[in-house]
Amino acid sequence: MDLGIEKSARKGLVLFTQYEAGSAIKKAIAGGREDVLFELRESRLKGRGGAGFPTSTKWMITAAATAEKKYIVCNADEGEPGTFKDRVLLMEYPEAVFDGMVIAGYTIGAQYGIVYLRGEYEYMFAMLKEYLEGMRAKNLLGQNILGKEGFNFDIEIRLGSGAYVCGEETALIESLEGQRGEPRNRPPYPVNTGYMGFPTVVNNVETLAAVPHILLKTGEWFRKHGTDKSTGSKLFSVSGDCERPGVYELPWGISVRELLDVVGARDTKAVQVGGASGVCIPKSQFMRKLSYEDAGTGGSVMVFNETRSMLNVMHNFMDFFVEESCGQCTPCRIGNERLLEGVHKLISGDFTFAYIRNLKELGATMQVASKCGLGQSSPNAFLSILENFSDEIYQSNGSGVTHA
Amino acid sequence: MLKQTESRAPVSQKSHKIDKPVDPNSIGATITIELNEKKIAVPLGTTILEACKANQVRVPTLCHHEDLCIAGVCRVCVVEVEGMKSLQAACAFPITSQIKIKTSTENVRKARRHIIDLLLSEHHGECYTCVRNRNCELRALASEYGVDGFTFGHREKKMHEIDKSSYSVLRDMDKCILCRRCVRTCIDLQEVGVLEAIDRGGKTHIGTFMGKPLSEVICINCGQCINRCPTGALFTNDPSDDIWRAIDDPTKHVVIQTAPSPRAAIGEEFGMPAGTSMTGELNTALRRIGFDKVFDTDFSADLTIMEEGTELLLRLKAALVDKDPNVKLPQFTSCSPGWVKFIEHFYPESLDYLSTAKSPQQMFGALMKTYYAQEYNLDPKDIVTVAVMPCSAKKFECNRPEMVDSGYKDVDYGLTTRELAKMIKEAGIFLPEMPKSEFNDPFGEASGAGLIFGATGGVMEAALRTAYELITGREVPFENLRIEACRGFEGIKQASVKLEGCVPAWSFLEGVDLKFVVAHGTANARTVMELFKQGELNDVHFVEIMGCPGGCIGGGGQPIPTSPEIRKKRAEAIYAEDESMTIRKSHENPHVKLIYEKFLTDGPCGHKSHELLHTKYVKRGSFIV
Ligand SMILES: Cc1cc2nc3c(=O)[nH]c(=O)nc-3n(C[C@H](O)[C@H](O)[C@H](O)COP(=O)(O)O)c2cc1C
Ligand code: SF4
Ligand code: SF4
Ligand code: SF4
Ligand code: FES
Repeated sequence: MDLGIEKSARKGLVLFTQYEAGSAIKKAIAGGREDVLFELRESRLKGRGGAGFPTSTKWMITAAATAEKKYIVCNADEGEPGTFKDRVLLMEYPEAVFDGMVIAGYTIGAQYGIVYLRGEYEYMFAMLKEYLEGMRAKNLLGQNILGKEGFNFDIEIRLGSGAYVCGEETALIESLEGQRGEPRNRPPYPVNTGYMGFPTVVNNVETLAAVPHILLKTGEWFRKHGTDKSTGSKLFSVSGDCERPGVYELPWGISVRELLDVVGARDTKAVQVGGASGVCIPKSQFMRKLSYEDAGTGGSVMVFNETRSMLNVMHNFMDFFVEESCGQCTPCRIGNERLLEGVHKLISGDFTFAYIRNLKELGATMQVASKCGLGQSSPNAFLSILENFSDEIYQSNGSGVTHA
Repeated sequence: MLKQTESRAPVSQKSHKIDKPVDPNSIGATITIELNEKKIAVPLGTTILEACKANQVRVPTLCHHEDLCIAGVCRVCVVEVEGMKSLQAACAFPITSQIKIKTSTENVRKARRHIIDLLLSEHHGECYTCVRNRNCELRALASEYGVDGFTFGHREKKMHEIDKSSYSVLRDMDKCILCRRCVRTCIDLQEVGVLEAIDRGGKTHIGTFMGKPLSEVICINCGQCINRCPTGALFTNDPSDDIWRAIDDPTKHVVIQTAPSPRAAIGEEFGMPAGTSMTGELNTALRRIGFDKVFDTDFSADLTIMEEGTELLLRLKAALVDKDPNVKLPQFTSCSPGWVKFIEHFYPESLDYLSTAKSPQQMFGALMKTYYAQEYNLDPKDIVTVAVMPCSAKKFECNRPEMVDSGYKDVDYGLTTRELAKMIKEAGIFLPEMPKSEFNDPFGEASGAGLIFGATGGVMEAALRTAYELITGREVPFENLRIEACRGFEGIKQASVKLEGCVPAWSFLEGVDLKFVVAHGTANARTVMELFKQGELNDVHFVEIMGCPGGCIGGGGQPIPTSPEIRKKRAEAIYAEDESMTIRKSHENPHVKLIYEKFLTDGPCGHKSHELLHTKYVKRGSFIV
């Protein structure tokens, strides 16, 4: 289906390449489940949603589970500030995303797929539904898909409720079940006890979109891109102070500086890698590599030039977490408030170094004691800015005016 | 046996527990782990917290409660599990592999201390003005972890008004630490669903439907949330100042009735082990405090059996002899005000099945201001009646507008076990030291049947002892009158007694299998009502329901803490006391006989009884009053 968007403008190694709808499903069905799992394992594809869990392991556990029903959920909540790559995939490459879901369904033995679409992406809803209709017409969805006896699979799209935390997979499942979007205790993990208590694979849009390409071109081919531990390519959503913000498909392992060159960033002071929950990298570390093993990201890269105040940056991130914590567990709910209070004190200059040391220790506790990834990563920005931009931060001392 | 239906609680508030293996000896049923470098074997699915408890390792908890499903939200119970990046909540972590756990590393201690510091930074309230200062779990933790200052500040100003709208339960959200025990109690344990976490992030708070005051929502006043709140955020509406005033007023004749459950539990407030009965000591203490008369609620429990039992027999007669198609069977008990409000909210169409008999507390009050006043030449307007109850809903009950059949407010004050303990301490009395004394006449003698009302199944057992004997002329055929089918803490119990050799008056019951169901806690009540609606109880005759888990001994006014173990001990105390009584059956209570001779002369369920001892119910909404 033509969504009326010019694809040719995009260039890439894996995702931003041609893919004929249905072709990978055909190959999957012809080769069987084992082959799909084999290629995935070979590819060493890791989750693109942020946590970086090996996709083949996740699928294998769910495939091995015996249950009356299983589900595959496509996480299209895309709530991380500065991320907009899933939107691009869904709008411009729906064939790869949905075929990825069908292949997942086939491999793990799920009959249903659910796309959890970010509330703000409601405008895509009709288009995507129409696209799914088209898939049904071509028997890429429905009963006995592409003639494969007994392979029944269909996809439904649900709109999210707008909270950042609902992107966390167990909160997402709660939300799908009609409850408050709050993360669950783990274990058990969704692969065992997920949506409605059934084994469920939750995958990011980008993870799923990579699957058809891997199947067609083999895992070994995929692995050639990127680094040893971070295979393949990655979509980076670049925003902030640069000439060409946007979504780029680049191999994992590219350095921060290289990326800055690609997007035309000048006089860059700091780069926030990984969105609000990521870390803030100073100039002296621009040779660091974007990869799971070094500076990991679900896609978000924010560029700050010399005119930006790092205290302001810190302030914005802490405001965000105080708002977006689900409010369930103590370290995250109250910890973020205390860190925000700390930012206020840093701005006003009304602090002691002992107090700042306490806050740093508190941050370390939040990283290990919070219930979910949100709380565990919420102090990252605060801590890394404090660490990497200490001169600037402490200089504002008392002036109430933040140093530029 | 009746099947339990699935709990309505949202999954986020239910436990994600792995079922423990049925046979602990089967292969793979136990798993060897390392706890603080010691190898131990635990059943698969045991939580880290349970494993620690079983091995003398103390792990602090706040949001965890034995009666409730797991939340894992306070994080104070975190421990280190080797190989895992983050610390794990011991209460929420089921053991399914051979993990190595450390419970007291630097990281763990630091994290716990931080969490306590964080909670204190948001907690407004001073310990010495708090009802829970003796047994607040937050305070205890602060002292255990050596908190000697407010590392992250302390809230100096009050942020919330105390919600004092309810007759029973008050809420001071400035003391709330958002452990959500109350939420889980209300929705999961009790299946009422009044309280809910509202908003996100720093604005998160516990609220009610549309933020309405508690008196305007579906709260059944059971107080179970109070008993499980770790802090002083929830407490009862305490009338003790008014009671002191009445005691100090020479023109007032202040009488008090004590229910059996407070007597079996109040010792706990004075450091006695659970299950220490304090009946005689309490009588002395109450007189020393200045109550003019001390009566036994068991007396009116006996009366309740006469009224409610007669009502049941009348319904049975209407059904079996008169073949009246409109007769309402099974008959449900009505002595638990929490349960009564529950059915009024959620099953208002079934109110006709509820016995019209008032609860023992209210029967007592009505008689005190009529019969007693008359016998002792007192002006009822000068009588102040106080009821010591295990229950917070009793406060609401005595304030129900219809409870004025004596021409006055039948019961002036409902006082909980905890509140009475406080009054006793205030009077300079250490309860366990008191010499024992008896109750006052004319309501001082009671049967063991009235006494066992306090435990779930007790009303049923008491009713059966009397009904069976009235119908057949013989004692119930159980050793020492123990009807085991009524006892124990199973959520829903069902049994039957065959009626054979009936006396002529009741010959129409010959051969009838008298079927009964006993349930406690409103979650079980809901299951029973759903089964009832599906017609599954069509052949049942009598249903006992108590609003609180365990029955009155687990009431919302009882000493804190509560646990299945504590409730079991309290029940044992009550059953033991029953066996020590000379009179064990309600109809043999001489004062009950006397009152039907002298005052309620047209007998049980007669005209006068109906006027004073029976009541009617209100249809309520399922979201608000
Ligand atoms: C606070 C929070 C927000 C998250 N938001 C998203 C999101 O918007 N999209 C996403 O794919 N994963 C998100 N994740 C990660 C998911 O929990 C989960 O790891 C991911 O969907 C798994 O898919 P993957 O293995 O394909 O990455 C979030 C995690 C956290 C803790
Ligand atoms: S870490 Fe934050 S978002 Fe996650 S469960 Fe705790 S309060 Fe909720
Ligand atoms: S008193 Fe009972 S019904 Fe009311 S809020 Fe507490 S638990 Fe719920
Ligand atoms: S009111 Fe009490 S039980 Fe409820 S969340 Fe607050 S502290 Fe916990
Ligand atoms: S007691 Fe375990 S998280 Fe609260």
